[in-house]
Amino acid sequence: MLCNACKQNEATVHLTQIAGDDMKKVDLCEACSKEKHATDPENFAFADVLLGLGAAQEVEQVGPESRCPACGYSQPDFKKTGRFGCPECYTTFAEGLEALLKSMHKGTRHNGKLPVALQPPRDASTKLKQLQKRLDKAVLDEDYETAAALRDEIRQVRGQLGDVAA
Amino acid sequence: MSLRSFLSPLPEACRRTGPHDRIVLSSRVRLARNLRGHPFPGHAKKPDRVRAMDTIRPIVESLPEMAGAYAAAMDELTPADKQLLVERHLISREHAARSGGSGIVLSKEESLCVMINEEDHLRMQSLQPGLQVRQAWARIDQVDSALEKRLEYAFSSDLGYLTACPTNLGTGIRVSAMLHLPGLVLDEQINKIIQSVSKLGLAVRGLYGEGTEALGNIFQVSNQQTLGETEAHIVERIAKVLDQILETEVNARKRLLETKAKAVFNYIGRAYGIVSNAHVITSKEAMNQLSLLRLGVDLNLFPEVPRALLEELFVLIQQAHLQQHIGIKLEPDKRDLVRADLLRERLQLMPRPQTADARCLE
Repeated sequence: MLCNACKQNEATVHLTQIAGDDMKKVDLCEACSKEKHATDPENFAFADVLLGLGAAQEVEQVGPESRCPACGYSQPDFKKTGRFGCPECYTTFAEGLEALLKSMHKGTRHNGKLPVALQPPRDASTKLKQLQKRLDKAVLDEDYETAAALRDEIRQVRGQLGDVAA
Repeated sequence: MSLRSFLSPLPEACRRTGPHDRIVLSSRVRLARNLRGHPFPGHAKKPDRVRAMDTIRPIVESLPEMAGAYAAAMDELTPADKQLLVERHLISREHAARSGGSGIVLSKEESLCVMINEEDHLRMQSLQPGLQVRQAWARIDQVDSALEKRLEYAFSSDLGYLTACPTNLGTGIRVSAMLHLPGLVLDEQINKIIQSVSKLGLAVRGLYGEGTEALGNIFQVSNQQTLGETEAHIVERIAKVLDQILETEVNARKRLLETKAKAVFNYIGRAYGIVSNAHVITSKEAMNQLSLLRLGVDLNLFPEVPRALLEELFVLIQQAHLQQHIGIKLEPDKRDLVRADLLRERLQLMPRPQTADARCLE
C-alpha cells in the first residue's frame, strides 16, 4: 500500500477516525507521518492530513492561478500545507470553503464568543430583558393590547441587535 | 532569570492536587488567535514574525495574571530547555522546534502558558490539575478578553476567529484532559471507549508512544470541532464525557479487583520488582511499569507511598529531566543505565506491595 500523501513510499502508519457514521482512513509512510505530526497527539488533527489529500481538492474551484492579494498565498500552497497564509485568505479562497468546513466541523458558521466591539450593546440587551418581563406580565394579566405593543418593540430591538452581530 | 530556576521544582509541581486527580491528571483549554493584517506565522518571513511578536509579547506580559512571569524568545532557549517545557506539557513539540520570532510567556506556577507564533500568532493555554475543564475555560476566557482590548484579532462574524488551519476555525478552542486509564486497558475495554468517544466528535489518543500504543496508559481526550458551537457547549460536552470515562475507569478497577485480583497483583508486583531492581531500563518500559505502580497506589497496595512520587518519577525518567537531574548530556544507551539507577535509588524506601487491604481508593 502506498502512502496517501507522497504516493511514493510504502505506507506503514494507518489511521482511522470515526466521527458519527463517517469513517475516514489515511495511510502514510514513516516520513509523511512525522511531517504531519501523526505521532504527536498534542498537535495532530486528523483533518489536517485529510486536508492535504481529498478535502483540499474541494477548494480548488478558485483555480491554481489566483493568489491572495494580501499575502500572495496560492491554492497549491494551501494544498501542500493544509494551512492558510493570512486571515485574508479566508475571503480570497472563500469559494468551496464551506464544503471543506462542513466535513470538519459541527456547523459552518461561528456561534461562539464575539470580540467586545461586536457584542450587542449591554443597554440594549438589558432593555430586551425588561421588555420581555413586561410582556410576560401583560400576558399574565390578559392585557393583550399592551402585549402586542411590547412584542413589536421587542422585535425592533432584536432587529437592531441582529444588525450589530451580523 | 533562567528557565530552570523559574520552573517549579518537579516534586512541587507534582504535588498540586485537583478533583479526581487519581485518574484525571490535568485539564487544559487552549485558544488560538491571530492578529488582523499579519500573515500567519507559518507563511510569515522572519521580520513579519518578529513584528507580530513585538506587538503581542509586551501586552501578554502586562496582564495581571502574568505578574512575575517568565518570557523568552525561542532562540534564547537551549534545546534541553525546550525539551524540558515539552516534558512538562507546557509547549508543543512543534513550538519547541521554532527559534527566532517565536516565544513563550509562562505564568508563575505554570497555570497559564502563551505560545507566540506557534502555528497561530497566539496559542494561549490554561492548565489545571485534575478534572477542571470548566475552570480552565473560565480562566483563559478572561485572559483572552483582556488581550482583545489591546490586540486587534482577525475575526469574521461568519467564521469567527480566523486561524492558520481551518480545523481550528471559529472558536479556536481545544479542550483536553490527560487521563490515566490502566483499569480500562487491563480490562480490555479501552478500544470500545475510544470508539464510542470518537463518535461524539472527540478524539482519544495515547499521549506517549508511536502509532496505536499508549505508553504509561496515559490518554488525552480533546474536541476536534471548533466551528458551529459555543465554547461553553464544547466544554460541557467534554466535561460530561470525562465524567463518564472517569466512572468507567473506577468501575473497571473495582471489577478487576473482584474478578481478576490475582492477575492485577501479579502485574503490580512484577512492576515493583522490575522498577526497584533493574539496571537497564528504557523510558518506554519505565513508563509502563510506573503506570502499574501508580495503579498499585490507587488500589491501596502501597498505603504509605504518596501518589505524587510516582507522578514525579514519570516525568523525571524522560530525557530532558533525566539529563537535568544528572547534570550532563547523555547518549541514549547511557540514559537507560542512569534511568535504572535513579529508579532503584528512589524506590529504595518503597515497601513491597501489600495486598491484604486492597480496595479502589476514590
